[in-house]
Amino acid sequence: MSELLTMGKALNAGLRRALADDDKVIVMGEDIGRLGGVFRITDGLIDEFGAPRIIDTPLAESGIMGTAVGLAFRGFRPVVEIQFDGFVYPAFDQIVCQVAKLHYRTRGNVTMPITVRIPWAGGVGAAEHHSESPEAYFVHTSGLRVVAVSNPQDAYMMLRQAIACDDPVVFFEPKRLYHTKDEVDLGADIADAAPMGLARVVRAGTDVTLLAYGAQVATALDAATAADDEGTSIEVIDLRSISPVDYPTVTASVRKTGRVVVTHEAAREAGVGAELIASITEKCFHYLEAAPERVTGHDIPYPPAKLEKHHLPDLDRILDAVDRVLERPNSLSGVES
Amino acid sequence: MTKMHTLTPSTETSTDLDDLARLLTPDGERIPDRQLDPWISDLDTDAMRGLYRDMAIARRLDIEGVALQRQGQLGLWAPAQGQEAVQVGTARACRDDDFLFPSYRELGVQLVRGAKPADFILAWRGEMHSTYNPYELSLATPQIIIGAQALHAAGYAMGIQRDGGDQVAVAYFGDGATSQGDVNEAMVFSSSFQAPMVFVCSNNQWAISEPVTVQAKFPIAGRAPGFGIPSLRVDGNDVLACLAAMRWATDHARSGKGPAFIEAVTYRMGPHTTSDDPTRYRNAEQVAAWRERDPITRLEAHLRAQDAFDDAFAAEVESDADEFTAGMRAAALGAVTRPPIEVLDDVYAEPHSGIAEQRERFASYLSGFADEEAQR
Ligand SMILES: Cc1ncc(C[n+]2csc(CCOP(=O)(O)OP(=O)(O)O)c2C)c(N)n1
Repeated sequence: MSELLTMGKALNAGLRRALADDDKVIVMGEDIGRLGGVFRITDGLIDEFGAPRIIDTPLAESGIMGTAVGLAFRGFRPVVEIQFDGFVYPAFDQIVCQVAKLHYRTRGNVTMPITVRIPWAGGVGAAEHHSESPEAYFVHTSGLRVVAVSNPQDAYMMLRQAIACDDPVVFFEPKRLYHTKDEVDLGADIADAAPMGLARVVRAGTDVTLLAYGAQVATALDAATAADDEGTSIEVIDLRSISPVDYPTVTASVRKTGRVVVTHEAAREAGVGAELIASITEKCFHYLEAAPERVTGHDIPYPPAKLEKHHLPDLDRILDAVDRVLERPNSLSGVES
Repeated sequence: MTKMHTLTPSTETSTDLDDLARLLTPDGERIPDRQLDPWISDLDTDAMRGLYRDMAIARRLDIEGVALQRQGQLGLWAPAQGQEAVQVGTARACRDDDFLFPSYRELGVQLVRGAKPADFILAWRGEMHSTYNPYELSLATPQIIIGAQALHAAGYAMGIQRDGGDQVAVAYFGDGATSQGDVNEAMVFSSSFQAPMVFVCSNNQWAISEPVTVQAKFPIAGRAPGFGIPSLRVDGNDVLACLAAMRWATDHARSGKGPAFIEAVTYRMGPHTTSDDPTRYRNAEQVAAWRERDPITRLEAHLRAQDAFDDAFAAEVESDADEFTAGMRAAALGAVTRPPIEVLDDVYAEPHSGIAEQRERFASYLSGFADEEAQR
């Protein structure tokens, strides 16, 4: 049953399937009922499953997350939609102090199978607070799993896996990919799918390992294609899960190529890239031919829409970094760092 | 309804301590209250003696907790002396399958729900974050983050609705917590969804050093109606009033009418915790005045007036309290700290490669000490 679907429709299908498979699954958030969410990801669910399971909540993010905790206490599996990345901060206390810690606090007696869906990151010309990349805050929080999807098939499967997982999962949906289309196997069983914690080599290569997640995977692939024209072979890995990271896949690649570039939209300082490079350095120091490189957003508040293209890592900035790890002179050579 | 173009609070004090619903005067005299009386019409002297016993044990275990902390056995203790009536009275009004979400100060609630002596000290000792399984006592682990548990109760109550259950979820918190967004958001959620939930605010007049007037310029019970939630402001040192109010509130919630709110006006007789110095911020006269309202002597006076309190009963309660606190002491002195590797347990419910790797490394690091251990 393969179908050509946008990522938005794939997510909608994933939610519908999870709701049908388990009557403990409930979906909650602002405007997710009649409206179907501001991105229409929950479109039609209220007609099919009814208001008790598709809950239009009051406009209070801590309230949404805190009541999800209570529902999970009662044995439900809440799927929470945070309307936009920049609005997760009022819920941060409940996520960090409660959702992430309750299993540990209760010595395993209470589970928090909550999925926090976050329409995420930039590149869509949005207003302030609508383009943030807060993933590092969650990756730094033990007790949470953090994943980011990059294509419709993963969106469909990983969302179902996240909902079925007994741990809380922060689920990042790149909003600039909501309308990208690809084949989705709607009949697929999550038992047969690759675990959501596994990374995937999306393009094989031999010279440089390029790590990306979310919408950056497409940019990374573009960079690899461009590099190929110049005779450089880049291996692109879609991390899929950024907590935990699938290090066996990552280190196998680095041991082969000896060179690493990480790219993400989030700011650089103490970001996911810093963690990846620290871990890779520990695990593969003797295999590295050059110091790893990060290509990230600047350490600035997210800029206004007209300037965001100067913030988001693009193909050229990635290729610059590739040149540096290959120790080739490039446009930035000579800049002290 | 008359037109409501303005809503002006009719009183400005949040500490009007005599305008409270009560059934026992501070001297233990039973006084009628049309609203509360029907809710305890079944209460005989035996039941009242049970309330007395719970309160007396709660107080003794509190004294024991302070002593254990002073002796270096516990890192910290949060005394509840003076608050026994609200804790015991409201918890006794609940059904065993009602789910309660307490704060760190609800000793009497934990006791009523069946917590064991060790449950009162192992967390304060730092041995584990929680001892009992919340599902066995229908009691969540005591909450440290002020007000967070109100939302958990609201969500749990929404779950009860979805299960078609007839339980009630209860959130316990202090007066300081009413300033938190979470408590206010819990009122919005539970009211909007008519969830079967009860809010129990123990207004003990202080949030560490801040008087309740910093949190509220109007009686706290007056806030709930603004959220569409009926409320009662009761004398929190009158266990009969607390029991009656809570029966009213749980009945209201259980019968599908939505949440209810109780403000129990009481006083924290001791420090906020064993690290606090209340002489810096409150005066001795105030404490002395509250001593006159003690919830335990109040009920004792009432029972004595009915010839339902004699030396034999007092001795029996005393011996139960001795036994309970001896259990606490034994649990503290006999506590065995868990093996170091367990620090990595239960972070996740399912296998997690990051934790697995850290566990492996830590285990191999620990095994380096195996020889040393064997020689000892
Ligand atoms: C979110 C949060 N902020 C601050 C604290 C530190 N703190 C612990 S208890 C307390 C006062 C709470 O007062 P109240 O809600 O009246 O409860 P009480 O301790 O008097 O029972 C504060 C500020 C905390 N635990 N959580």
